[in-house]
Amino acid sequence: MKHIAIGILGAAALGLVASAASAATLDDVKAKGFIQCGVSTGLAGFSAPDDKGDWQGIDADFCRAVAAAVFGDGTKVKFTPLSAKERFTALQSGEVDILSRNTTWTINRDTALGLNFVGVTYYDGQGFMINAKKLPGVNSALQLSGAAVCVQSGTTTELNLADYFKSNKMEYNPVVFEKLEEVNAAYDAGRCDVYTTDQSGLYGIRLTLGSPADHVVLPEIISKEPLGPAVRQGDDQWYHIVKWTYFALLQAEELGITKANVDEMKTSDNPEIKRVLGQEADTKIGTDLGVSNDWVVNIVKAVGNYGEMFERNVGSGSPLKIARGINALWTKGGLQYAPPIR
Amino acid sequence: MASQEILREEPSRGSFINDPKIRGIFFQAVVVIVLVALVWWIAQNVIANLTRLRIASGFGFLNSRAGFDISESAIAYSSDSTYGRAILVGFLNTVIVAVVGIITATLIGFIIGIGRLSHNWLIRKICTVYVEVFRNIPPLLVIFFWYSGVLAVLPPPRESINLPFSSFLNQRGFYFPRAVWGDGSWLILVALLLGIAMAWFVARKARQRQMATGQQFPVFWTSTALIIGLPLLAYALSGFPLSFDYPKQSTFNLTGGFQVRPEFLSLYLALSCYTAAFIAEIVRAGIRGVSKGQTEAAAALGLRAGPILRLVVIPQAMRIVIPPLTSQYLNLTKNSSLAIAIGYPDLTAIAGTVLNQTGQAVEGVVIMMAVYLALSLLTSAIMNVVNSKMALVER
Repeated sequence: MKHIAIGILGAAALGLVASAASAATLDDVKAKGFIQCGVSTGLAGFSAPDDKGDWQGIDADFCRAVAAAVFGDGTKVKFTPLSAKERFTALQSGEVDILSRNTTWTINRDTALGLNFVGVTYYDGQGFMINAKKLPGVNSALQLSGAAVCVQSGTTTELNLADYFKSNKMEYNPVVFEKLEEVNAAYDAGRCDVYTTDQSGLYGIRLTLGSPADHVVLPEIISKEPLGPAVRQGDDQWYHIVKWTYFALLQAEELGITKANVDEMKTSDNPEIKRVLGQEADTKIGTDLGVSNDWVVNIVKAVGNYGEMFERNVGSGSPLKIARGINALWTKGGLQYAPPIR
Repeated sequence: MASQEILREEPSRGSFINDPKIRGIFFQAVVVIVLVALVWWIAQNVIANLTRLRIASGFGFLNSRAGFDISESAIAYSSDSTYGRAILVGFLNTVIVAVVGIITATLIGFIIGIGRLSHNWLIRKICTVYVEVFRNIPPLLVIFFWYSGVLAVLPPPRESINLPFSSFLNQRGFYFPRAVWGDGSWLILVALLLGIAMAWFVARKARQRQMATGQQFPVFWTSTALIIGLPLLAYALSGFPLSFDYPKQSTFNLTGGFQVRPEFLSLYLALSCYTAAFIAEIVRAGIRGVSKGQTEAAAALGLRAGPILRLVVIPQAMRIVIPPLTSQYLNLTKNSSLAIAIGYPDLTAIAGTVLNQTGQAVEGVVIMMAVYLALSLLTSAIMNVVNSKMALVER
């Protein structure tokens, strides 16, 4: 009996030590043959399953782009839907390799939570939505004193909300739920007067309500919400692969490389395009990163460039119809800017 | 058999290894050492891994500013309060819903349990249906039933249902006037406490007199008069210091008065109804467990049905009822963590928010486990005291 018990204990100990000192994320991902991607439980335009059960949206496509860079195949992704509360633990514990789930980049999350944000795939800000039919005459967030406000727990939204009402000396009544669907249902049922979350999210949620035309998004934006993918700390190689996948998407748009013309572009005379697409002789850009040299070609073939990804999921090609705004490239007056790939 | 055992024990005294006593001590020591080592090793492993992943650890975060608001709080709380205080608010909310839930569940449970033994066919069947329905539905569904099925379909605030005494019912909850105590109202509280003390004293004296002389005294009516009459007298003497804050319609909601939110209401009703079904069965089993001879003997002594139940059957049934009742109280307390599904800010919900805002999952879960464990052990301890008071005293 004793021997068996000690044997089991020893084995358990070894197993845990082994997993604690695990290999690099890239090797793990290659060994299992797919990337485990943490997404939301369903936010239109960012990550939501379509009628066939395939995940669609900017956040989902970003994971496909990383898969294309690593495997040359954008389909080698498995998605894990996570609530706001579960998301960081899932990434910290290694349950997912990338957290690509409309998550706001903050200093606390970059330091105390042990995460590394790779960039901002969508510049957002927090807004308010009300039912204009039930509350005629309310056209500013400053008129909301005394309102019941629906909000998702464990988000930066919840904190900004408290700060905003406090700084404007207004009262409110928080109605807090853990899951997005629960917040949606409570708002739709009239449990609260106001729905607050990232403004892009409000447009997406409005489409899912009973009568979308009744609801208006108020003009105020009360916070900066830079949304982007994050990885675990302590694995620089994986961090670089994910970060440069994001930059490659921007660079492709800047150079006019699209899903349709990427093969033609390979024979372009422009040295910058040739370099980015890995067509330079003896190039080591891709292999130094830990992927193949035609990684950018694979990314663009899988999901297109950043602009295509944006328009398809949240822009003119989607029901959300959100304008590029500050998410345009820096050359077009926006904030999206990639360091040179050279 | 016996002789063989004696024979076997003879050589064991000679050999140290085969001595059952030493063996027992040895194995117990091994188990304790292994257990301590396991716990120590798990703790070390957690600490090492958190450091490796560069995740903050320790309980220092409890003193940082929370930054989020909580809808219901029994103590003063704002977004400037600390995470520690936020968790305390959650803990108190859990205790509140558990205590009122336990009281209500016990009342409903006793009524339904006794009702199941009624001679009236209709009452018996209604009680049976109640037990079978609530006992066989998961508690989460009962909570959703009250939240989405009953309270969410009430009218919006502008079309509130008017109830007597300036109370209102709408989908934001139940509103009633809040008492505002003016100067001198402490006198009323003193009078109430005095009334309770005197009622207890009267009851004791009455029992002593009945023991000594067999004469009865109307304890119930005297006590009621004392407990209600004295505060009323104090109220009049101190110049009617009580006023009311009535709920009023404002832009968004009703303001003023006292609001019972639908989250609390649905959790409270669901937990009470659900647990009451189990308590009803326990009560029925307890009453059935008292032998029929006891009732017959009491009847033979000339007692009527009411006193038989009150003085003979129930005291004996309680001995059977209390131990399983404790389990139901613990279940109710733990089931209150299902509140998270409807957004009632109980301990699980708030500790969950805290652990998400700080990212310190291990500490958050440890706090939750420690608090629920302490709460359950406290409930058990109280019930054990009650049980030992009720237990058969052998003379």
